[in-house]
Amino acid sequence: MSWVGTSVARREDPRLLTGRGRFVDDIHLPRMLHAQFVRSTVAHGTVTGVDLSRTLAVPGVVAAFTAGDLELGDITAMLDRPPSEFVPTAMPVLARDRVRYVGEPIAIVLAEDPYAVEDGIEAAKVTYEVLPPVVSDEQALAPGAPLVHAAATANTLVDVSMFATEGIDDVFAGAPCVVNVRMKTGRQNALPLETRGAVANWDARDEQLLVQTCTQVPHLVRTVMADCLRLAERNVRVLVPDMGGGFGLKCVVGREEIAVGAAALRLRRPVKWIEDRKDALTASFLAREQRYDLRAAFDADGRILGIDADVVCDMGAYSCYPFTAGIEPLMASAELPGVYRVPAYRVRGRAVTTNKAPTAPYRGVSRPQIVMVVERLFERAARELGLDPVEIRRRNLITEFPYTGVNGVTYDPGSYLESLDLCERILRDEDWYSVRDSDRVVGIGYSCFSERTGYGSAAFAKRKMAVVPGYDLAEIRMDLSAAVTVTTGTLSHGQSHETTLAQIVADRLGLDLAQVKIHQGDTDRVTYGFGSFASRSATIGGSAVARAATALADRLLHLGAHLLETRRDQVGLHHGSVRAHDGRSVSFEEIADVAYLKAHLLPEGAEPGLTARASFDVQGDGTFSNAAHGVVVELDPGTGRVRILRYVCVEDCGVAIHPQVVEGQCRGGIAQGIAGALFEQVTYDAQGEPSCASFIDYKVPTALEIPEVAIHHLETPCEFTESGAKGAGEGGTIGAPAAVLNAVNDALRRTGVELDDTPIRPETVQRALQRHGAIR
Amino acid sequence: MTDKILISLTVNGTAYDDVLVEARHTLVDVLRHVLGLTGTHVGCEHGVCGACTVLVDGAPARACLMFAVQAEGADIRTVESLSDGEGELSDLQRAFSEHHGLQCGFCTPGFLMLAEGFLAERPQATKEEIREVVSANLCRCTGYQTIVEAIDGCARERRGEGRQ
Repeated sequence: MSWVGTSVARREDPRLLTGRGRFVDDIHLPRMLHAQFVRSTVAHGTVTGVDLSRTLAVPGVVAAFTAGDLELGDITAMLDRPPSEFVPTAMPVLARDRVRYVGEPIAIVLAEDPYAVEDGIEAAKVTYEVLPPVVSDEQALAPGAPLVHAAATANTLVDVSMFATEGIDDVFAGAPCVVNVRMKTGRQNALPLETRGAVANWDARDEQLLVQTCTQVPHLVRTVMADCLRLAERNVRVLVPDMGGGFGLKCVVGREEIAVGAAALRLRRPVKWIEDRKDALTASFLAREQRYDLRAAFDADGRILGIDADVVCDMGAYSCYPFTAGIEPLMASAELPGVYRVPAYRVRGRAVTTNKAPTAPYRGVSRPQIVMVVERLFERAARELGLDPVEIRRRNLITEFPYTGVNGVTYDPGSYLESLDLCERILRDEDWYSVRDSDRVVGIGYSCFSERTGYGSAAFAKRKMAVVPGYDLAEIRMDLSAAVTVTTGTLSHGQSHETTLAQIVADRLGLDLAQVKIHQGDTDRVTYGFGSFASRSATIGGSAVARAATALADRLLHLGAHLLETRRDQVGLHHGSVRAHDGRSVSFEEIADVAYLKAHLLPEGAEPGLTARASFDVQGDGTFSNAAHGVVVELDPGTGRVRILRYVCVEDCGVAIHPQVVEGQCRGGIAQGIAGALFEQVTYDAQGEPSCASFIDYKVPTALEIPEVAIHHLETPCEFTESGAKGAGEGGTIGAPAAVLNAVNDALRRTGVELDDTPIRPETVQRALQRHGAIR
Repeated sequence: MTDKILISLTVNGTAYDDVLVEARHTLVDVLRHVLGLTGTHVGCEHGVCGACTVLVDGAPARACLMFAVQAEGADIRTVESLSDGEGELSDLQRAFSEHHGLQCGFCTPGFLMLAEGFLAERPQATKEEIREVVSANLCRCTGYQTIVEAIDGCARERRGEGRQ
């Protein structure tokens, strides 16, 4: 029996279910101070004065620092692109003379308790010379607009034109059918339920700044911390405790984390910062506000001939580290053709800067939007050409693999057509098309997509990032009790790696799952690593631990053969021992006893100990998971409410290491996709004041809005990951908005109204139904 | 505002007679940072997400919306009370694990206490009623389905209906 493929009980569960997890706010250190930030109350302005004298007089307040007090280096994310394509932004840890969004940190206040620090924040006085703010992408790009950064003329941080297939203009000129889609998607908050936070203290004995922070990228936090504080990397150790979700928001380095480290170093006292929900909603990292202007050419049979795309992403005030403001436009530009055979493609992708909180990657990064916009193109073309919307997709899906697209990306094998066919068959078999044909206002929508996972160094290098995440390292050791500890540079924050990576390792060594412990989130235990994002952990981290386990197995076989006085090719692993073909065996404990305590018995030249180390990187373009989603919605003509009657997801992430975990990722992802399609949006007023500072204004869907999701699995194993797994972290979020949007439009088919923007507001739906006579 | 007040309350069966708090201290802060019971989490501090749900005299309550002084004389139960000291999980906790009703685990204590209070009051609850109650709290990882299934599974087992 193998562990991979089995939904075993999660290793994480017992502590999390009993309240014995350790999240960052659960950490308490002696003499610990509590930090909060004085934040800008204006969206754009020059800071003319920061008066902290009243703050320092508040009982319990111990210190308060501004940028000038701490003299830290800036956080500057870079792309290796020319100035015509990329303008970097230096994001100061604390604002100096200029503030660029409401919520930008200006000073850090430290107090003996978390209540006193709030009193201290309230007592601070900052004066500004207010500058006109830029609060939308249109405003940013308008001639004569105020500049958010002086160096970014036209308020543009990234401007990249790509691919431009030769003759594409002729393709459009001669095409029998050309359709357009203009679409805008709302700004969102990834919204991990645990807000950001950090505890830092200087350990004089280890000569280390110990930073316990909830980050998806501990080594990158170490690198930036060392850089900003001008310390050697070895003087910084980042530890990640249990983490209450991340979804991308925590895969960038936050300026508050660095400020907390700097304050702890300065005061030589432990400092804790826990972000409150208001700051999390207004002053952390946001995502997803994009505008698309697309046209596509089709032949008379509905075969796509070309796509011409203009993508504008409102990235807010600064580039995030390490991805830069290019994260969204470059992802959109590279991946837009998706699962379809598109012969001609041209795209311009831009990142504009505005006076809003900056953006970070959020689950799916641009792919929810590109899938929406491309799926809308097919729906529109189907209607123009009188084709069935599923049939037009069938005619265009990639069916032969590997397939190298017009975007220069090579897609490894997937089940694009099979997943769509199955998804449609399920909805037909369940008779939803009869419900659709009834006099209820019901629509059916689909989305087809693939999701690149396992971005290796080669793939990120194509983006021209100055920091190229890609590989990961794993280190494995077996101790005297034959128990195994594996360290990995990836970092679970809900994805169950303590279980799933252990399954991979236990299989390689023939061990019981309980014998394997995954250790993550400690920069002193792994030389370097890139953490968890972009669905990289099962593919890259999982392959690295698999290789480390194989290397340890080799070592056990080598030593076992020696102790059994036989040849290496005469032995195999067998239930915690090395067994010779003649039936004699030596247990792992006996081998460990020699390896650690009786080294004189080791074969000549063999090193003592039972450890191994391995790395993994993806050389090509990564591996593509795929899925088809089918949704049935009913619209309420009275309220405009969109009710999801049925949700079917047919997914293929290769070998599912733990099917229940894969389903959990799908369902959770779909919930976030539905949230984006129907509910969540961060808005700002004309002065750049954020309108969503609480869960009253930012509508996070509950169990009454999120439906049950039926999941069906197909399995096209990845050819180059060690376990055959592809990533499964983001697909749900990528596919859901398009399927929901298509279903709503299908339900509106009798009205002649088409909606392309998200979130879809109930009032928009209600207006469409009332004005256009769908009410009977 | 910062004057200290002495309160007494019972938490998970232990009587605390001399807890010194400020009037403005919330119950959840006192549970977490004064009594050291960090299993109850803080998600929004304005009563929407429900991560801080505890039982106050048997009924689910948002511990971020109560001042500690309001809990004077109250009997409080937190997630730490659900399983025995040996670490054996309760049937409700087991159901969450079996149904994969948690991923990151941050919202989980709130959902557990919500369900613990609700099932005690309404052991006959239907799955639809459970879904409605689950909508009181926010979870960002699961999409809620497995939380509903876990609570429903636990209720069924308690009713002797066996596994569905």
